[in-house]
Amino acid sequence: MGLKSKDLVGIKELDAADIELILDTASGFKDVLTRDIKKVPALRGKTTVNLFYEPSTRTRTSFELAAKRLSTDVINVSVSTSSVVKGESLRDTALTIQALGADFIVVRHSCSGVAHFLAKNLDASVVNAGDGTNEHPTQALLDLFTIMEKRHVVRDLDVAIVGDILHSRVAKSNIYALKKLGARVRLIGPPTLVPAFMRELGVDVYTDMDEGLRDADIVMMLRIQMERQGRGFFPSTVEYFRNWGLTAERLAKAKKNALVMHPGPMNRGVEIASDVADGLRSVILEQVTNGLAVRMAVLYLLAGVKG
Amino acid sequence: MHKELLNKEDIERAIMRMAHEITEKNKGVRSLCLIGIQRGGVHLARRLAMKLREIGGRKIPVGALDIALYRDDINVRKEQPVVRRTEVPCEINNKKVVLVDDVLYTGRSIRAAMDAVMDLGRPSAIQLAVLVDRGHRELPIKADFVGKNVPTSLEETVTVQFLEEGLDDRVVLEWA
Repeated sequence: MGLKSKDLVGIKELDAADIELILDTASGFKDVLTRDIKKVPALRGKTTVNLFYEPSTRTRTSFELAAKRLSTDVINVSVSTSSVVKGESLRDTALTIQALGADFIVVRHSCSGVAHFLAKNLDASVVNAGDGTNEHPTQALLDLFTIMEKRHVVRDLDVAIVGDILHSRVAKSNIYALKKLGARVRLIGPPTLVPAFMRELGVDVYTDMDEGLRDADIVMMLRIQMERQGRGFFPSTVEYFRNWGLTAERLAKAKKNALVMHPGPMNRGVEIASDVADGLRSVILEQVTNGLAVRMAVLYLLAGVKG
Repeated sequence: MHKELLNKEDIERAIMRMAHEITEKNKGVRSLCLIGIQRGGVHLARRLAMKLREIGGRKIPVGALDIALYRDDINVRKEQPVVRRTEVPCEINNKKVVLVDDVLYTGRSIRAAMDAVMDLGRPSAIQLAVLVDRGHRELPIKADFVGKNVPTSLEETVTVQFLEEGLDDRVVLEWA
């Protein structure tokens, strides 16, 4: 038993057994995180490089902490201070980092396919921390882990994903992951952001929020990317909230025990009402904690895949 | 080919004797905490705790320790060891921790287990109880309580089966 690839580039490339292995392993790591001494020596002597071409606080911090808790050395490379600004190509930057002895390269980039490209060109294990509008696999894995913790099974759950699906790598990874584990997925949002062709992914598409939320087990909210405002995708944040914002009243359409999730960072009052974000059914902060356990599991398992 | 080293009754007697030895060495069962190494050691630790309770008249806390993250062979093995849960239900600071494992062989698991225990707290002492000591130590480690000493060759394997895993209690020596 083990993962089949040295890299985690997307959920698309995993099968259900891989996903279950990662989630099982993560529960062992979750337990490590509750101890006084939260560090284990498992990957002593390994090196992790966080290569972030896009601003990120929570994902980078989470990967950094996960790598440190496994006793790897961690280097953060951010674009603004690196030789990338001097015009070095992505491939050269990555090869240089590999030549320094990196065992794991965690990469985030605004272009879809960057993680694939690096995985193909490097011997180091490449972990996708978000590539363009393609995938953000560890986010989907931590979402699944959170659902498993609360519901124990994913199969046959009705999961509503709400918001800017079109531009969301989180949504894409989640759709693949949820489908692979047998959940039913519905997408909700304005037609400009949830195009009908998404049905080809084997999901239901709703433009009406109340209708889409009916009897859902899980409500997964996405961040409305403010930079898209004024580009014709939706008229204004006020109007967006009126139609697709998650309020307590709307949440009442979902199942009584429905979980509210959000990958963060949240825009309170745009996609989610403050009282819902802080409410009893919100597991948003647990998602953050679980992210650490899941990323530890991913690094640990990838270390076991011999080239 | 195989040979039975211990049957159900032998195991029962060995556990009973070890429980008495643990009680004797620690002058009672006060401040003891049993920690079994996943997975065989956990079954053994639970059984030892039951006997200790009969002898000492008080409940002994039993924990389960996963040593996957403390192993020294992560870069050598073909696959990563499965990460299981560590569940130690009591504070181990100033407790006498008895580590329990089914088979003592190279001693490397015990080294890993001691490191893992130290990360959980500072016990006043760590002792070691094993059902079978098959020799071939690679580290300076010695068990305090042994069910049975079995001289083996490196080609042989020692398998311990437990009722808890759906098999009859027995210890078997196997070779090609």
